[in-house]
Amino acid sequence: MKFYEKLIFEVSKSGRRACHLPELDVEALSLDDMIPKNYQRKEDAELPEVSEIDVVRHYTGISQKNYSIDGGFYPLGSCTMKYNPKVNEDAASNPGFKNLHPYQPEKTIQGALELMYELSDMLAEISGMDQVSLQPAAGAQGELTGLMLIKSYHENRNEHQRNKIIVPDSAHGTNPATAAVVGFEIVEISSDDKGNVDIEALRNAVGDDTAGLMLTNPSTLGLFEQNIGAIAEIVHDAGGLLYYDGANMNAIMGQCRPGDMGFDVMHYNLHKTFSTPHGGGGPGSGPVGVKDILVPFLPVPMISVDSDVYHLDYDKPLTIGKVKSFYGNFNILVRAYTYIKAMGYDGIKEASETAVLNANYLMHQMMEDYQIPEDMLCKHEFVAAGLKTAHEGVSTLDVAKRIIDYGYHPPTVYFPLIVHEALMIEPTETESMETLDDFAKVMKHIAHEAINEHDLLKNAPHRTPVRRIDEVRAARDLILKYKDSLKG
Amino acid sequence: MLESIGMKSMNDLFADIPEDFRLRRDLKLDLSMTEIEVDRLMKSLASKNMSTDDLTCFMGAGAYDHFIPTVVNHLAGRAEFFTAYTPYQPEISQGTLQSIFEYQSLICELTGMDVSNASVYDGAHAAAEAAMMTCAVKKRDKMLISMTVHPETRQVLKTYFKFRGIELIEVPMKDGETDYEKLKELTDKSIAGMLVQSPNFFGIIEDIARVSDLMKEHKALTVVSVDPISLAILEPPGKLGADIVIGEGQALGNDMALGGPYFGFMAVTNKLVRKIPGRICGQSVDEDGKRAFVLTLQAREQHIRRFKATSNICTNQGLMILKGAIYMNTLGKEGLKDVAMHSMQKAHYMQKILVEKGLAEPIFDKPYFKEFAVKFTKSVAEINEALLAEGILGGFDVNQVYPMPNTMLIAVTEKRTKSEMDNFANKLEVIV
Repeated sequence: MKFYEKLIFEVSKSGRRACHLPELDVEALSLDDMIPKNYQRKEDAELPEVSEIDVVRHYTGISQKNYSIDGGFYPLGSCTMKYNPKVNEDAASNPGFKNLHPYQPEKTIQGALELMYELSDMLAEISGMDQVSLQPAAGAQGELTGLMLIKSYHENRNEHQRNKIIVPDSAHGTNPATAAVVGFEIVEISSDDKGNVDIEALRNAVGDDTAGLMLTNPSTLGLFEQNIGAIAEIVHDAGGLLYYDGANMNAIMGQCRPGDMGFDVMHYNLHKTFSTPHGGGGPGSGPVGVKDILVPFLPVPMISVDSDVYHLDYDKPLTIGKVKSFYGNFNILVRAYTYIKAMGYDGIKEASETAVLNANYLMHQMMEDYQIPEDMLCKHEFVAAGLKTAHEGVSTLDVAKRIIDYGYHPPTVYFPLIVHEALMIEPTETESMETLDDFAKVMKHIAHEAINEHDLLKNAPHRTPVRRIDEVRAARDLILKYKDSLKG
Repeated sequence: MLESIGMKSMNDLFADIPEDFRLRRDLKLDLSMTEIEVDRLMKSLASKNMSTDDLTCFMGAGAYDHFIPTVVNHLAGRAEFFTAYTPYQPEISQGTLQSIFEYQSLICELTGMDVSNASVYDGAHAAAEAAMMTCAVKKRDKMLISMTVHPETRQVLKTYFKFRGIELIEVPMKDGETDYEKLKELTDKSIAGMLVQSPNFFGIIEDIARVSDLMKEHKALTVVSVDPISLAILEPPGKLGADIVIGEGQALGNDMALGGPYFGFMAVTNKLVRKIPGRICGQSVDEDGKRAFVLTLQAREQHIRRFKATSNICTNQGLMILKGAIYMNTLGKEGLKDVAMHSMQKAHYMQKILVEKGLAEPIFDKPYFKEFAVKFTKSVAEINEALLAEGILGGFDVNQVYPMPNTMLIAVTEKRTKSEMDNFANKLEVIV
């Protein structure tokens, strides 16, 4: 088979059309009849002119150049690439959910409001929080909302001097970036070699100006932060609040809850933990859960219920306002709701157990060839510091690219930043032992190649639609749209 | 599996969690369900809603009932797109990357701008990002926004800005458009820029050139929020002096879905390419010299800048812009013009019959696109209640957000037929 190579603009032929509208059935006013000349478009937008089969072949052709979960194992650490059950999609494509206008009267969307109300409750129960807002559009916006809540809480108590957010150096890049966008100063504290928060450093960092601490547990190294009790106490004693980055929730569902660990506010990544599709980078959905002390500040509207009738409740005088139009990424919420209902308390717990089992199983298989501490018990993912032995110059990037040749998606690489040559591996619960065994075999084989046939790694991937790409050139000679490429 | 790693029970896997924090009870959720049961549950919930399949929709105000050609969902639903993640490994993500590159090209065509990013969350979020970017570029902390910008967009901006110490100054409206005289009075060298929406919340086309001329005089930026469908026939802001063009992308092939997921598009002039937030896809070559696509200009992004970041956005709205691009390609050059023209012609027909039959008074005498405001003799809530009983989803009650009683904002897309509009008028005749 040959890969498809064209841009849609190169398929375009003048006069072709894929879609026609019915004859106009009202008076055919001209543009001049309706708007002044200076408002009218002078030159047409050069959109492609293609037939329906052109569009279908084009997108089918380019889709075949993508790796996907439905196509194979995708152990991309921190991203929880679990299988997305198809029944979620059936629910989301029901006209009773997808064809709702956001400003319809409440009485015509009772099913949708009930779903949102119940989903909030289920998410709160899973995490041990008191209330959940479904409004944020993605994990990063959930973080942003969470930090706005923390800021509002302190300001409402007239503690305006609390302007510092503490972030461990192992944190996701979004944590410090979000704190900066909300107008906080960031205090970065070091982690020990196991990726745990350095307790002494934390003690020294907190004070009257501490607004809060952002943490994910399990940590970005996939290890449970055992000092969480002490950490919560230090931060709370200093008057700060604890923010939980929900990126790693898949490790602990039904086992322990951020709310019980002392966290005051958190976001969920529905596209990770609750199996909504990643869609080549989005849409996400990042609900925010809070303890009672932060409930007054949640975005509006919240969903309320009054004798079985659901309402959009805007009556919250201390609210931070809105972070997004309307009520959140509703049709993603439908999928997450479907998933949690299908899984039940038994399935949710089992998902985390199997995710942790799969990660430990795979980690053990890789210990012989990759730098992984032997006594480690990981949670849903683990981080290897590259190969144990390799020919000079062979890097984690080369290992990743070689994995592609064997038909798998590579793990996350070079993150967390505190681990040299990091390979971050998250198999998820939806993979079978056979898949893990086969992947482990490939990893072992690559480790041997790295010693004996290192060129195979340096030149990988070999069997992909394109080979390694010149990223320097992409950033230097900017070609960001089709017309840029015509300038030569 | 457990034994092979030296463990006896699942419990051992969680031995590292301190006992104090172990949940020693079941979560209070239902028991798991089979597919038959889940399917039944979801259908029963959906049946408690009335969709725009059941109602004739004249509601707009930021979300529009445009036709979505069937190929859009067939193609965007392909698992290769649907179940992939962000294109971190470009060699096995060329499908996603090329679709982003083409999307960026299409957005630049429509808006008349040089550079588009790979999208942000929605239209309101695009406005917030654009306004924050404007203040960062100009190193000024005051932003003007017209009162004719969508109220939800203004609310989102207020939320974002109050935490950043940026002052948002609302420019009053006059006769349904920005009060240009007041705008002039409010503009000085301390202003970073102005955000104007066209067609604005009331459907009226604003004089963008007038705004951008004034901003240029004060070395400030012009941010324009647009309806992407309208740009098939309206002069694009890129030709009218805009520095940043943004908007809500839902109308381009995405379901209304009670407000999301949608996408916000964002395009800028070449001058601002290194300041635009979000992901950008660029064209390069691979080791064999073959054309290839890759995420580029990543030095702008949060995972590199960390605490120096001015935006924290990570992903784009991948699936939504895929739908948007497939929609634009399927309609094509002529098709999108047809959608825009029919929507506009039908909106004008609708206003004409309502006024001619004496059912409503037009409020503003300004050029408009597919939406218009009219005044009735009864409250909009009352009218909409009665219309709903007739299977009609009436327009937006403007009085909820502006002090304008009995005023309805009516949206008409190419999907509405003459008989649906006549029926609306006939039913209204009985109601009022």
